[in-house]
Amino acid sequence: MTDRAPQPTTAAANPPVQPLASNLLPSDVVRASAMPHITAPDRQLTKVAKLIDVSKCIGCKACQSACAEWNDTSPEIGENVGLYENPADLSSEMFTLMRYAEYENPATNELEWLIRKEGCMHCEDPGCLRACPAPGAIVQYSNGIVDFIHENCIGCGYCVTGCPFDVPRISPVKHVSTKCTLCSDRVAMGQGPACAKACPTQAITFGTKEAMIAHAEERIEDLKSRGYENAGLYDPQGVGGTHVMYVLHHADQPSLYSGLPDDPQIAPIVEDWKGPAKKVGLAAIGLAAVGAALHGIFARPLKVEPEDEEDAEGLVEAAERRAREDRA
Amino acid sequence: MTNAWTDIRNTDLVIVMGGNAAEAHPCGFKWVTVAKAERGAKLIVVDPRYTRTASVSDYYAPIRPGSDIAFLMGVIRWCIENGKVQWDYVKNYTNAAFLVRDGFGWADGLFNGYDAEKRAFDMTEWDYQIGEGGFAKTDPTLTDPRCVWNLLKAHVEVYTPEFVTNVTGTPKDRYLKICELIGECSAPDKVMTSLYALGWTQHSKGAQNIRGMAMLQLILGNIGLAGGGVNALRGHSNIQGLTDIGLLSNMLPGYMTLPKDSETDYPTYMSTRGNAPLRPGQTSYWQNTPKFFVSFMKSMWGDAATADNDWAYDYLPKLDVPYYDILRTFDMMAEGKVNLYFAQGFNPLLSFPNRGKVTAALSKLKMLVVMDPLTTETAHFWEHHGIHNDVDSAAIQTEVLQLPTTCFAEEDGATVNSGRWLQWHWKGATPPGEAKPDTFIMANIFRRVQDLYRAEGGAFPDPILNLTWDYADPMEPTPEELAKEMNGRALATVYDPKDATKVIAEAGQQVPNFAALRDDGSTMSGCWIYAGSWTEAGNMMARRDNSDPGGMGTYLNWTFAWPANRRILYNRASTDLSGKPWDPSRKLIEWTGEKWEGFDVPDISPTAKPEEVMPFIMTNEGVGKLFSRKGLKDGPFPTHMEPFESPIANPLNPGLRGNPAARVFKGDLEQMAATGDPDFPCVATSYRLTEHFHYWTKHDKVNAALQPQFFVEISEELAAEKGIARGGWVRVWSRRGEVWAKAVVTKRIRPLTCDGKTVHVVGIPLHWGFMGAARKGFGPNSLTPFVGDANIDTPEFKAFLVNIEPASGEGMA
Repeated sequence: MTDRAPQPTTAAANPPVQPLASNLLPSDVVRASAMPHITAPDRQLTKVAKLIDVSKCIGCKACQSACAEWNDTSPEIGENVGLYENPADLSSEMFTLMRYAEYENPATNELEWLIRKEGCMHCEDPGCLRACPAPGAIVQYSNGIVDFIHENCIGCGYCVTGCPFDVPRISPVKHVSTKCTLCSDRVAMGQGPACAKACPTQAITFGTKEAMIAHAEERIEDLKSRGYENAGLYDPQGVGGTHVMYVLHHADQPSLYSGLPDDPQIAPIVEDWKGPAKKVGLAAIGLAAVGAALHGIFARPLKVEPEDEEDAEGLVEAAERRAREDRA
Repeated sequence: MTNAWTDIRNTDLVIVMGGNAAEAHPCGFKWVTVAKAERGAKLIVVDPRYTRTASVSDYYAPIRPGSDIAFLMGVIRWCIENGKVQWDYVKNYTNAAFLVRDGFGWADGLFNGYDAEKRAFDMTEWDYQIGEGGFAKTDPTLTDPRCVWNLLKAHVEVYTPEFVTNVTGTPKDRYLKICELIGECSAPDKVMTSLYALGWTQHSKGAQNIRGMAMLQLILGNIGLAGGGVNALRGHSNIQGLTDIGLLSNMLPGYMTLPKDSETDYPTYMSTRGNAPLRPGQTSYWQNTPKFFVSFMKSMWGDAATADNDWAYDYLPKLDVPYYDILRTFDMMAEGKVNLYFAQGFNPLLSFPNRGKVTAALSKLKMLVVMDPLTTETAHFWEHHGIHNDVDSAAIQTEVLQLPTTCFAEEDGATVNSGRWLQWHWKGATPPGEAKPDTFIMANIFRRVQDLYRAEGGAFPDPILNLTWDYADPMEPTPEELAKEMNGRALATVYDPKDATKVIAEAGQQVPNFAALRDDGSTMSGCWIYAGSWTEAGNMMARRDNSDPGGMGTYLNWTFAWPANRRILYNRASTDLSGKPWDPSRKLIEWTGEKWEGFDVPDISPTAKPEEVMPFIMTNEGVGKLFSRKGLKDGPFPTHMEPFESPIANPLNPGLRGNPAARVFKGDLEQMAATGDPDFPCVATSYRLTEHFHYWTKHDKVNAALQPQFFVEISEELAAEKGIARGGWVRVWSRRGEVWAKAVVTKRIRPLTCDGKTVHVVGIPLHWGFMGAARKGFGPNSLTPFVGDANIDTPEFKAFLVNIEPASGEGMA
């Protein structure tokens, strides 16, 4: 097939009616976990970003609903724990979550209800990818999207440790790590993410990172005119910037928004962690039988020593233990 | 809505009061965010709770549930006192100058003519002074003490900021700040829009709440303007269609009314619906009622409706009471006076007040038929579900039939949105199982009943036997057939009254608009206001051209809006007396010197001269009514009334309880808490949440996950006082019932100080029941009082008294 989907420009675009081939290819991967030597792509996709304007967000959870529908997940019908957050936390069945914070602004004496859509930030320098010992389980495309390749995932949970935003969740059923994919499957077809499509107030928009920054500047100007002097863009440089950004009324205090990190960094333990990664990673790949067919780049012969298998078994057991604890 | 959803983007100031647009209407609310982002518009929210709408507002103020009239009358007083009046508009386009009869008056919270025994006012004196030619007398100088303006000024005198804040509990600084923001919109080039919903209607004085805002908007000169208006956000996707089609028990399609018992013949019926103009040269469009009425009768009974039999007037049912609303019907049912009940597309067990009474009433039926796409609690009212439906099934003898229907996405047809747009939609899925369209079910029942009448006769079979039923498949009329019938067609050639050679419609052709309807039997139309929706040019409701030449969001080629594809009602008032737009940057229409032209369909005769014909063509006066002449049963001006259950006495008259003109059935008052009842110290209010749509979406697993369990919202202060923990169980009870819920403890509700008392608010969302995917729970209607608005009897769901205590878990059955 020669017709390829266009690169996305806006989430509002309607889907193509003719069959098109994906515009997000294995060859667009620029980084893969535990695979330091990747062939450089022959093209550079435009960097994309999702902009979440919390000042336009009405906390309706249409994004959560669209996320569950598109990804075909089944968030549990839980309990009310005295809050508007439902489900109570991110999970392998709920990749995004509205967080609600009641804040009494001491400067104005006004109550503010700061509502933030939480989910993967798609870091330019992804801590999860760095921490991941399984080759090709976490990849980053040249448009900036960070994707989990479940076939390659061993469910070890290192990505959870590596994430400065505490986003990935291990599926207790499938024993793989899960998170928002920025709807890479939709983006591949020229679409924006499902959450942006569903958002009734266009608090969530999607496009090139450049366009999103420009849009954010307009919004920040509007917020400043309404007295939010510290309005600003959240695009934290500690992780090289992110492909999910926020417009915040109080950009000087991100943590007001249900604990959004003020200055996220990749944990030093992840940065320094080199040695065991390769060994464990190779072992795990052996066990996981490699989801090699998915990405040509990962299809390479691997040799696994018996002691690697032992290490890997321990790793999987530990991951399962953690998953059981999470469930409890 | 006077305006349209898309028009909200043209506003400078949005006031959401009596509603929660972001949560109940998230998609429509997008236009508020557009107005804010693109015009720099501001958003004010006045609500007992700091809602999700408030979370994106520029200014918020709390208010005690049920005290909105005091707030609104106070704003009017403030605007008058501070010169924030659009004088050219008020003098020309309202009845400010009209002189009122000397007998009209108000004292101690009551208008003249009150009869406590009948719970009704004698409205004779609530009228203008009528002079020569049957026209109302006016004083354009506004000096006569009996002119509406001076009476209004006197009426609002009591609503000082001190009085208002004492009654509403709104902090004074916040109240005054809102007065200032609203007052700015009296400038001809500044426009405010009001968005409200059931937060205003579900009170025993709901109509007067809305009147209050309509009056304020007239004083500010904001009715008829782009970005202005009084906008009712309807709670169902097609509830506007329901009222248009006349499904209320006292209505006929197109807002005509059913005859009363006393109106025994057609001339008597029409004698009170003649609507002669009250000022010279005014349109008073309801003068055309005979054309619409006769066309309706021809659509119903065709050839059986003739001039000789007064268009089959005797076929129409006549009302022996003002109307058979839900409260009356269920009160009768509770007394065993109803045998068979059809619940079509709604869920009375959870939607009607005082659930205990509803259950008792349903238990007395011989048969209940439930038509719904989903299984409802009403269909299972006889089933025991622990504390969530604690009934003795063996003691209930009602036979229940469930007839599964298609849902809107499984059928073609139009829904009418809040902005009066009839938007045609196409079937998107095949109905599951045995689900059938409502029309199929109704047609099958009707044909069988008709056969019975044909076979067995009956007291008066003619209306049943002669009903027009000319559908291709009599057992299943199609949406297209019904839509064409509602539009109407010519039965004989219709000529232009100004030019007898000009044919407007040949016999058999669809009429182009309601101006083509006739009172001589030569046209038929099932719903005159829908004329123009399916013309000879085809289905206008299916149009999807979103071009917007004026940039005003009128989208005249997108679907069809009644009346006459007009997007903004009273748009003639968007121009000054000479026909120039008050704000050229917001032009809708203007007078070219010869005719009205612009980006919307002019709401006036295209050649009506601007200085002669006033904008409010549907009123007999031609102008907007600050004084509602015999319009509402509870007074020509809104006056503060407490809810039937209130923590404080009415400061205007401590002896008054609730709305003095509201109907109260025997036994219901005894089930209400006394004023200031120490056993029920908290004010409760009910509402929807954005995660759910009424009682539907709890059947959906995703929606159920997003808001899984019944809860109530209370302040941190009340939680501390009662020892209630966040996320803990509570029991909430009223004089009528009790519920168990999880507690959401929040800063977003604060205790209010009213009349020196601390008033706590308990927020009680609906959506939970005992069927569906979500956890079993209760609805607020287990607690709410069985009383409604004085004019239309919408139940008082938004202000009632409860008590609350911590519980160790859900209660025991």
